[in-house]
Amino acid sequence: MNVLVFLIPVSLVLGGLGMVACLWTLRSRQYDDLEGDAARVLLDREPEES
Amino acid sequence: MTAVADPHSLAETPRTMVLSVPDMRCAGCIAGVEGALKALPEVAEARVNLGDKQVRVSGTFADATPLIAALDAKGFAAREMDETALAPSVDAEGRGLLMRIGVAGFGMMNVMILSVAIWSGASDITRDLFHWISAAIAVPAVIYAARPFYASALTALSARRVNMDVPISLAILLALGMSVHEASVGGEDAWFDAALSLTLFLLIGRYLDHRTRRAARSAAAALTALEVPRATLVEADGDRVVPTAELAIGDHVRVVPGARVPVDGEVIEGVGDLDRSLLTGESLPVHAVPGTDVAAGETVIDAPLVLRATAVGEDTSLRRMARAVAVAEGARGKHVALADQAARIYAPLVHSLAAIGFTGWFIATGDVHRSLLVAVALLIITCPCALGLAVPAVSVAASGRMFKLGLLLKSATALERLAQVDAIVLDKTGTLTTGVAKLDHLDPEAASVALGLARASDHPVSRAIAAALPDVRAAELSSVREVSGDGVEGRWKGRPVRLGRGARGTELVLPGRDPIDVSPVETLRPGAADLVAAAQRAGLPVLLLSGDRTEPVRRLAEALNLPDWRAEADPQDKLALLREQAAQGRKVLMVGDGLNDAGALAAAHVSIAPATALDAARAASDAVLLGGDLSVIPQALDLAGQARRRILQNFGLAATYNAISIPIAMAGLATPLMAAAAMSTSSILVVLNAIRLKVRR
Repeated sequence: MNVLVFLIPVSLVLGGLGMVACLWTLRSRQYDDLEGDAARVLLDREPEES
Repeated sequence: MTAVADPHSLAETPRTMVLSVPDMRCAGCIAGVEGALKALPEVAEARVNLGDKQVRVSGTFADATPLIAALDAKGFAAREMDETALAPSVDAEGRGLLMRIGVAGFGMMNVMILSVAIWSGASDITRDLFHWISAAIAVPAVIYAARPFYASALTALSARRVNMDVPISLAILLALGMSVHEASVGGEDAWFDAALSLTLFLLIGRYLDHRTRRAARSAAAALTALEVPRATLVEADGDRVVPTAELAIGDHVRVVPGARVPVDGEVIEGVGDLDRSLLTGESLPVHAVPGTDVAAGETVIDAPLVLRATAVGEDTSLRRMARAVAVAEGARGKHVALADQAARIYAPLVHSLAAIGFTGWFIATGDVHRSLLVAVALLIITCPCALGLAVPAVSVAASGRMFKLGLLLKSATALERLAQVDAIVLDKTGTLTTGVAKLDHLDPEAASVALGLARASDHPVSRAIAAALPDVRAAELSSVREVSGDGVEGRWKGRPVRLGRGARGTELVLPGRDPIDVSPVETLRPGAADLVAAAQRAGLPVLLLSGDRTEPVRRLAEALNLPDWRAEADPQDKLALLREQAAQGRKVLMVGDGLNDAGALAAAHVSIAPATALDAARAASDAVLLGGDLSVIPQALDLAGQARRRILQNFGLAATYNAISIPIAMAGLATPLMAAAAMSTSSILVVLNAIRLKVRR
């Protein structure tokens, strides 16, 4: 059971990382135009973002 | 003559503008639209939003004209949008909900990992440790993530009402408190994961609901924004483009062909035709000369007119009628959404069940702790996860498909009301018909001259004639010139020919022959016949209700095989007829586009306006038809019916699940594991059932 000393913090850190990543995608407005972003993948070259 | 904006103040400052481009559908369109705009020297940045079918452009342009022209050259019809009327593009509430979903979701995952360990047999100190770690995650996560529910419950309670959020908040907080207590006494069962998953599922439902509402709201705003309030003011030192709001009585206003008249006024310069169909339903243009009174909302067809304003802003007849519509709309019977009906039954039921469970167990055992556990289990298990998802999941799926069909729902309850329609009332001009010439009777010689003349003019009648003669070679004409408000003249083989206003309508005059009548004949909009046929097949009575003269209405009704029609109905007649139908308990779908329909649109149970309609008509309707094809309407009715059935099925699913789980919880046999399993499966079932709507056919 001593392995829990490592595993629990590891799982908490991983979970925390996932949450931070999710919040980051939200803050960088990646959900504003889902349909458009899906279509943009098919474009030959993505216009430069300013 | 040309309208020139002040080049100094507008052109230099960088600005941003939003254009609506409804035809964008694919990746190629994104590249095409952005490419066309960026090719212009004055455009710095262009970014398409495909979901909203809008493009945001920034640069140093004076107005939208060059942008629209550039897009038009690529085959995209674009319209400027009034940005002040647009909903703020940052959806703060939606993003807040997504944040909470993120926090609740990741909290739930971590707690669930620990819970699985407990359920699979962790005991004693390990279990207590896991409980405490769970508490450390769950308590802050729930306090943060479930705040919308507490806020709403508190508002309801302070108004002495009970809404769905009261049992939800109670369940979440009681479960949390109970679990902390269990952890502190080293108890066996803790409900941390249940409190979190409850929060998560309900937040998802709340977010979906928010998205439908926001989509409806921003649709309404976007439509208002399409009516760009600008006018060309004629001043001693030249023309100036000003916001319509700045116009005053007595100002001279220039209206160019194709533009809508911004004020009520009198023509002081220019001769031309006016399209009044949106205001009165008349299908043929009206001739305007100096002295003619014009009203805001009419469209100038061929020649520029200068008007002297007699009423501006809120005093124009257009605005006055729009206000009358708003009044009619306010009087519309309040439709109670299915979700609210369910909540009214559900919330008291849940409370009484929990109360009964608690008192029953307390009387039987005298054990407060035990009784409280049963009450918590009851609250959690009956909590309306599936119910909270039942309606929004279906609404999102259905309105998404409606949008793909080309029908934009403006009202959150439009979907439910569409499902109840049992009669249809249709307007004629602009809704069922568009004016197009019919020229089968021309001989080849006449046809080729007509085409040659028609091509020289931009008048809608000329364009209609040119469009009606696709396979004809234009005759070679010389000295062709357009006589404003009168027609086109030219010389053919050295002799004069003319296409224009005549005794009976539009005439073609050839040397040595009688004038030939080439007046445009109304033709049906695509899908009009399908709409009527589909409605009759479904057993819905259809009524044609028009402000136009009897003869064209009768002809159209016969062409469509419609026994019920009424002509020469003024706006009051239309409104009265709709009110009468409503009084008889009929749930009428009204389709109309003019201001003369606006009252009727507002009085109908549910109403649809084409995108070409006047803003007052669009504002009064629940849905807007984006394309020109009317056959979408029966499909939409069908889809709405399916959606309603799906919602009721979802209620059934949720009820079945409760019927099984409540007795178990009452008996005190419910465990956190059971709650977790039941809650997830019922929610997933409900969502899957809703998604079926999207993939069918």
